[in-house]
Amino acid sequence: MIPLSWYLFVAAALFSIGLFGVLARRNAVAILMGVELMLNAVNINLVAFWRYRTPNQPIGMAWAVFVLTVAAAEAAVGLALIISIYRNRDSVVAEEMDMLKN
Amino acid sequence: MTETIIFIIVSVFTLATGWIVVTNRNLFHAALALMASFLGVAGLYVLLDAGFLAAAQLLVYIGAISILIIFAIMLTRRMMQTNESAFNAQPGLSAITAVSVFAIIAYILWRMRQFWPIEPAAGVPLASRTVVPDSLLMDSVAALGRSFVSPDAFVLPFEVASILLLAALIGSIWVAWPKAEDK
Repeated sequence: MIPLSWYLFVAAALFSIGLFGVLARRNAVAILMGVELMLNAVNINLVAFWRYRTPNQPIGMAWAVFVLTVAAAEAAVGLALIISIYRNRDSVVAEEMDMLKN
Repeated sequence: MTETIIFIIVSVFTLATGWIVVTNRNLFHAALALMASFLGVAGLYVLLDAGFLAAAQLLVYIGAISILIIFAIMLTRRMMQTNESAFNAQPGLSAITAVSVFAIIAYILWRMRQFWPIEPAAGVPLASRTVVPDSLLMDSVAALGRSFVSPDAFVLPFEVASILLLAALIGSIWVAWPKAEDK
């Protein structure tokens, strides 16, 4: 049988990988992919705690479904923003998105 | 024992493909690796007896979000070029930050093993697998569905989520719509 902490370690590792992607990637779409990895890591935690602690209440799974919903909305809006910025600036590199700086 | 082996395989697969996502210079390959990583997470859900969430993961993440990301990659030029660096000016600092976050979480997990032994002398770090009757797990999807429409559970967040999806739908269409002055 797998201890709960193994799932938590895997989720922490996946979260850190996603965090590295968010902080280090140049491309805005790649940053969004890192965010998706982090959301998945959070969902692993929610489902693992649900399964090991409160399997008779659906609260953990409900939370995971809401995270899934928010992730879908976030991906749609984020990619629309990226396409809009690409249309205006001809670039999707995060460092070149500095219209608010001046 | 078999479950442990499957868990290790699925976890290594998820983390390895996740690593490809954040390091691969070719963004299209990164998106394909992202789909594989989502598949690994769905495998973890299956191991946790959350079959409905695994199916939702397949439909929403692999079916919808990955396709959306691949569309965005293909709609934006320059992305397919692989000769420029994948990272910005601070990959070292980012790696330090990510590793410290993981170290902090791992340290906290390790400390909880010392101070919060749920299952003493079993050698199990945080908690042993709770023994749950199969009927309860078979019924968990029905309970989840009922809780979404029950007034004393999640009906309000459920409706808020549908409004969020509607707002995201309208908002993303509006944001990505070509403006008249652009032409």
